[in-house]
Amino acid sequence: MSEEVKLMKGNEAIAHAAIRCGCDGYFGYPITPQSEVLETLMEVEPWKTTGMVVLQAESEVSAINMVYGGAGCGKKVMTSSSSPGVSLKQEGVSYLAGAELPALIVNVMRGGPGLGTIQPSQADYFQTVKGGGHGDYRLIALAPASVQEMADFVGLGFDLAFKYRNPAIILADGVIGQMMEKVVLPDFQPRMTEEEIAEKCPWAAVGKPKNRERNVITSLELQPDAMEQNNIRFQEKYKTIEENEVRYEEIMCDDAEYLLVAFGSSARICQKAVEIAREQGIKLGLLRPITLWPFPKKALADYANKVKAMLSVELNAGQMVEDVRLAVNGKVPVEHYGRLGGIVYTPDEIVEAVKNKIM
Amino acid sequence: MALEDIIKPENLVYKKPDIMNDNAMHYCPGCSHGVVHKLIAEVIEEMGLVEDSIGITPVGCAVFAYNYIDIDWEEAAHGRAPALATAIKRLRPNKLVFTYQGDGDLSAIGTAETIHACNRGESIAIIFINNGIYGMTGGQMAPTTLEGIKTATCPYGRDVKLNGYPLKITNLLKELEGTRFVTRQSVHTAAAVRKTKKAIRKAFENCLDGKGGANVVEVVSTCSSGWKMTPAKANKWMEENMFPAYPLGDLRDRDANI
Amino acid sequence: MKEEIIIAGFGGQGVLSMGKILAYSGLMQGKEVTWMPAYGPEQRGGTANVTVILSDEKISSPILNEFDTAIILNQQSLDKFEKSVKPGGTLIYDPYGITKAPTRTDINVYKINAMDTSIEMNAPKSFNMIILGGLLKVRPIVELDNVLKGLKKTLPERHHHLIPMNETALKKGMEIIEK
Repeated sequence: MSEEVKLMKGNEAIAHAAIRCGCDGYFGYPITPQSEVLETLMEVEPWKTTGMVVLQAESEVSAINMVYGGAGCGKKVMTSSSSPGVSLKQEGVSYLAGAELPALIVNVMRGGPGLGTIQPSQADYFQTVKGGGHGDYRLIALAPASVQEMADFVGLGFDLAFKYRNPAIILADGVIGQMMEKVVLPDFQPRMTEEEIAEKCPWAAVGKPKNRERNVITSLELQPDAMEQNNIRFQEKYKTIEENEVRYEEIMCDDAEYLLVAFGSSARICQKAVEIAREQGIKLGLLRPITLWPFPKKALADYANKVKAMLSVELNAGQMVEDVRLAVNGKVPVEHYGRLGGIVYTPDEIVEAVKNKIM
Repeated sequence: MALEDIIKPENLVYKKPDIMNDNAMHYCPGCSHGVVHKLIAEVIEEMGLVEDSIGITPVGCAVFAYNYIDIDWEEAAHGRAPALATAIKRLRPNKLVFTYQGDGDLSAIGTAETIHACNRGESIAIIFINNGIYGMTGGQMAPTTLEGIKTATCPYGRDVKLNGYPLKITNLLKELEGTRFVTRQSVHTAAAVRKTKKAIRKAFENCLDGKGGANVVEVVSTCSSGWKMTPAKANKWMEENMFPAYPLGDLRDRDANI
Repeated sequence: MKEEIIIAGFGGQGVLSMGKILAYSGLMQGKEVTWMPAYGPEQRGGTANVTVILSDEKISSPILNEFDTAIILNQQSLDKFEKSVKPGGTLIYDPYGITKAPTRTDINVYKINAMDTSIEMNAPKSFNMIILGGLLKVRPIVELDNVLKGLKKTLPERHHHLIPMNETALKKGMEIIEK
């Protein structure tokens, strides 16, 4: 790691990390609160240094399909957007999953539904982990809670995407995207060479050499029995990911009697709530899922044997709480606390919610 | 005379391109797709680009074009082929990148992608099959369907008050500064086939000389099944009805100041 | 050490950039830092505020209920944030545009005539630096040297000739802040 500490917004960290982790192409469309990703890339002009392609597309729809095209020819490509734009991308995301293409999508969430607000929200949890587009597919979903993690998860997201030939998504929100914090950017990593692409992505449409059959990137299979086999293969892959890639953080959980479950910016606010509650003598802990899919089901099931109750704290009307309840399977009460439409709770509000809802 | 006496290299008068494989095509008798596929394969082979071509198939009848020509392909979501082509060409600038799209794909759902890829002057070729109907989904109205023509979704004939006018998208594209070569051809006669092949070759060459600019080859085509005509009648009907609305010829050739 | 600060006023007053300079100064001083703007489409004239936290330890929430220090530059912000200052905390305000002065007695209230002074100095753009100077006088959370280093980081190279003027403004702010 180059130890130079910088101060930047989460959105800017995404852009700088993309350049540094050997990203070949970024395709995006401006939308608040994530426009700094594209703006930063256009200012830095990485095509002059690493050769990374950056393009402002005519729409989010076009941008995600540029990602599909780029990923299909073996390149490390990404896009970013915010909630309404990510809704537009869902068709392309489903195609990426169906064609088993590695790619990285960033969603810096804002309040919805519809055009909604530009303020922070976490109401795209369902969209991210339960589908979003059509068909039985999964995205590897990473939820950063700091600017440092915004930077770190670009590389991690790409690594996981290529490891499993599956799209990955960074699910952030307006707080993490707009906040400035200290960050140590990853070291420069060169873009993949053609030899590396040939080795890592033998399936890619790069131009057909004489010594192999043609490569076709497609999600289409009109024979239902063959399509069922494709789906079975996808499900096996998803099972492997669930077994190997669950990530979460435990904060003050050892002696916790009550457990908060929160991701992203909410986890940061909850951390302060834990500090306040502890000062008041309440043994409160926090489990922060880092991967929203695969979800830390087992860890939560284990905590169901240790704590009296759990509170899922989310900037939405109650989405992740359903997964927490599934994991806990009725062993302890699981309640939800949220604010909606772009309003962000303060640490005090969360402590109050703990007292009112689970104590 | 025995068969093996006839099949000898010196007796060869016609041969399909090597990269056209033996998979049986799913196209209907009389369909123009097969001819255009063959022309693309011929040009790729003649230009020595088999290892350097990446094609993009659409949603529509030609979705399975990748089954017939042995090059690398990507299959796009409906209308998005020019977006894929944009990224592939920018990431692999030395490759021949072309899309193959029908009228629904290119001029309805994919209008934005088509116009913006052309307007950016992407060094790609767009092969555009215009048969004035949705073939794959069973004969519904396309943006290019002629006025008065009956389809499954305009069963009493296209009424411009209800459905708007036949969209001459190629005429729009030729106005864009980003386009380099825009032409309208057909494959209904041997002479027309030769002209179309020339146009495809020119479009492909333009993609690789580093001068930039998008290239569009529209092929006014028949759909005997969709039109509910015999192939011979469809060809005649096309000449009499489609050509007046979609006249053949070069619409733009930047290199020749057209 | 941990200082939780809110800076609030109109867009265009340099609220966000003052916060940014403070954050960079903290970075230069080796602190943990967060800078969290209440972002929005209002670039000029609307309300703007930013939360800056400087700490020796890792910072948990960038969103806070209450603050050690509030820097208040218009009436709406005073109405909103006076009550959010921790007892014993600090409130700094510029009386320009304030119709109802702060009333709390359990906090340290400081007044700084930064707007008038910046006009007298014929340097209206150094308004926010005067305020920042005032803050550093009553809450010396970062050293002036590190503020200047922070300025260098936030200002594009072509504006580096303005640093001496900003230094003057910072020092002026330290002089004119009053209880």
